[in-house]
Amino acid sequence: MQALVIAAHGSHLNPDASDPTYAHADTVRETGAFDEVREAFWKEEPHFREVIRTLESDEVFVVPLFISEGYFTEQVIPRELRLEEWDPEKWDSDGTSASQVTLEAEDVGKTIHYCGPVGTHDAMTDVIVQRAESVTGDPDVGDGVGLAVVGHGTERNENSAKAIEYHTERIREMDRFDEAKALFMDEEPEVDDVTDYFETEDIVVVPLFIADGYHTQEDIPEDMGLTEDYRLGWDVPSDVDGHRIWYAGAVGTEGLMADVILERAADAGADIGDAVESVREAASLETGADPEPSAEPGD
Amino acid sequence: MTATPASVEALLETVDDGAVAFDGFRVERAADDYALETPDEEWTGLAADDLADALEPLSDYVTNWRYWQRSVGGEGTARRAFLRWCERAPLEVEEVGDEETDAYPSVDDPLSVPERYDALRDGLDREWGQLCITARLVDDADDDPAGERVYDLWHVDDAGSDLADLEVYDDPRDAREIATYDGDGRYRPLKTAPTLPSGWAFTGLSGGELVETVEFFYPATVANWHRELRGTLDVDHWTKTAERQTGIYDVLDEMPREGVEWMAEACCVDSQCLRRREWEFDEDDELDVDGGDGPFPCREPCSLVVAAARKWTILESEQERTYELELTASEYNQLAELIDAVAEGRTDEIREADVNDGANRYRARYLRAKRFDEEGNLEAKRIDD
Repeated sequence: MQALVIAAHGSHLNPDASDPTYAHADTVRETGAFDEVREAFWKEEPHFREVIRTLESDEVFVVPLFISEGYFTEQVIPRELRLEEWDPEKWDSDGTSASQVTLEAEDVGKTIHYCGPVGTHDAMTDVIVQRAESVTGDPDVGDGVGLAVVGHGTERNENSAKAIEYHTERIREMDRFDEAKALFMDEEPEVDDVTDYFETEDIVVVPLFIADGYHTQEDIPEDMGLTEDYRLGWDVPSDVDGHRIWYAGAVGTEGLMADVILERAADAGADIGDAVESVREAASLETGADPEPSAEPGD
Repeated sequence: MTATPASVEALLETVDDGAVAFDGFRVERAADDYALETPDEEWTGLAADDLADALEPLSDYVTNWRYWQRSVGGEGTARRAFLRWCERAPLEVEEVGDEETDAYPSVDDPLSVPERYDALRDGLDREWGQLCITARLVDDADDDPAGERVYDLWHVDDAGSDLADLEVYDDPRDAREIATYDGDGRYRPLKTAPTLPSGWAFTGLSGGELVETVEFFYPATVANWHRELRGTLDVDHWTKTAERQTGIYDVLDEMPREGVEWMAEACCVDSQCLRRREWEFDEDDELDVDGGDGPFPCREPCSLVVAAARKWTILESEQERTYELELTASEYNQLAELIDAVAEGRTDEIREADVNDGANRYRARYLRAKRFDEEGNLEAKRIDD
């Protein structure tokens, strides 16, 4: 028997924070690739601390639903899961290349394949592109369009920016969009000045965040000038300084994220059959549908 | 009712591979005949043809064996133990730890197979926190395999309600949505808070689905209950939990011991949480506050307590000061009433016109109008030592 645990942050204050986790877990459940699929959280229940004991499977694949390698993936999750012998060195990562390490969970005696975060997996690049497709409603979006990948950025963790830059570079190499730029909330170049960085009239802005919340639904739209007050909502696209901004909201809510979770587990040795194909097929059916309506106030 | 051929056939096949012994029922193969035993009767020297006939009036035992050994399976798992508990079957629990357990919640008065079948035909109720679980035999007795159980689940407050008055679900995942908000539509960050809303029912769940649903309502409670039964509940006491924290929670081990007492009294009592606090200040240093009577063991401070403890640790690092403020005796008493009303969450219950209650909104607004200055602060003078 094999189990999948999706480890996410969650919130004591905002019930929507865990929505993407549940949605992706359900998508994986429906593929039938795992005997058990369980959500686990730092701020909700089941807590990281107790999740492994709720499983009957002896082989457990833990995929952190986090954007970058750092405090949560290197310290908090392995510690709370009681992964004996854990050491960040075991990931042998340059900040974006963590794949997996196999360890024992001390309290239950099960084999845990502890995977790198979803945010740094190569498949995440496709999700960002997919996000651009779904927000514009155009499966061929790219020609004449600039793409901004937005991250939080923080001086406390250099890996936070690395993940953003890594995918931006990969998108640039695809040669699909006229321009691709990495922008940040808390460091240069800043998302506030998004229009300064693009020649193209159309700019798709994709925040590399797991869940929609304060930053993606309040800060960033106001900072970019999409709206005076986030509570009034905004249009997709919105006109700002002669550009059309297609603001996507958190990429983590994109249906194709379930694919990245599956890829992480498969890289760690999980037998997932044709689950990836079925998730990709379902996600591509979503594209071509109408663009998402503007954000609801107070999301 | 007769045992369906499928159940009997499965049993006979199994007996040919070795004895069947389950819930007081035993079938054994000798050289060329069979022995059969229930708690009430015994047969020996049965020829193969006679065995099937002898099993016919024992269909409850046969289907019971089939349900548990074939449909449920999972010997030694928490899931199986929980489903056994649901129908008051003997728990098959092997104590593996050294700790003495008092087998909580109640697993006493286990029922025999015929007693259980009688009860299951009417529906057998058990309470798990604010959940009421009914185990029953599948409605259609002609169903093959016979003896399958299904489970219904609803709020204890709805136990007497007509199903037609409730929102009916059959997908375990719907429990996540129900458990997210309380009756007033407020977010419930603590799943074991005694604030689960009523008005819904899950019907016809399989055993696996029932456990999944219960786990969405009360995550990890089945696993920890099972560990407690077996004497292997691993408790992490306050100091251990506090010392392991990093980042912004690194301060937790500086919380004064009496602060931990006040915190347990504030958060970890029956009125606030259905879990029974098993963690103490330290292994040999019990807190004075009672751990409560909750049905689920709480094995370490939860994330909500950890987050609140950080706040209190920071607040407890402040120095005490002396203030002088002008209040009448009634106003002084009113402050106490206000704090108590908020702490007990009864502000919503105070009637609009009940000005005798110190926590009445108009009373509070009057006090604010009288005693607050223009900046909205309580007028007081700090007297430094």
